[in-house]
Amino acid sequence: MKSILLALAATILTLQAQEPAKVGQPVPKLAELLPGATLPSTSGKVVLVDFWASWCGPCKESFPALNRLHEKYATKGLVIIGIGVDEEAAKYKAFSGKMGAKFPLAHDSAHQVANFFNPPSMPTSYLVDRKGIIRHIHQGFHQGKTEAEYVKEIEALITAK
Amino acid sequence: MKLFILLLPILSACSPTLARVKPYERGTLAKPVMAESLDPLQKAMTEHAYFSREASFGGGGVGGGGCGCN
Repeated sequence: MKSILLALAATILTLQAQEPAKVGQPVPKLAELLPGATLPSTSGKVVLVDFWASWCGPCKESFPALNRLHEKYATKGLVIIGIGVDEEAAKYKAFSGKMGAKFPLAHDSAHQVANFFNPPSMPTSYLVDRKGIIRHIHQGFHQGKTEAEYVKEIEALITAK
Repeated sequence: MKLFILLLPILSACSPTLARVKPYERGTLAKPVMAESLDPLQKAMTEHAYFSREASFGGGGVGGGGCGCN
């Protein structure tokens, strides 16, 4: 009986490890998850972690909006980090070169960051407050609607003490 | 009983939760070669002929590729 319970507990734990990141959850330092990448300092800043891929149409549409947010809020304490999840380095490089991102990008080819956040769709972005806690999650990109939500949430998080 | 205990973790590994392709792993599924039809024009014409004759509309599945984005 004990063995059955142990096996069940192990199974449940395995399934729970697949859970996507939720609002209220702390985020580890991205530099620790991506040791080779050059990432900006995020301590004490509002961070927008955006997952994208070269094969994802809405991700392409989100880049101009993210550039606008970067230009408007970078000096006020916002850091946007675009995490590319392409498995092929050539596709990651070609796409990131074409998009002209003004914010830092990192290649998560081994999916270390993606496995932590476990984004439920592509693109998905996580808005993290100054204390490193996930405050908002955006699934997909719906042009002006998503951008307006970002503006509202970023302004609230930047002014929050 | 022992066999059941041994089989339990193996069977649980076959559960759909673990077997599902994650959204960020769909790069290969999103390739054009993985599309249902390689000729979009032919597909559109076949569907048009189908719904015209059958007096029905749609039912041909959802649009888009295999990336499941948005």
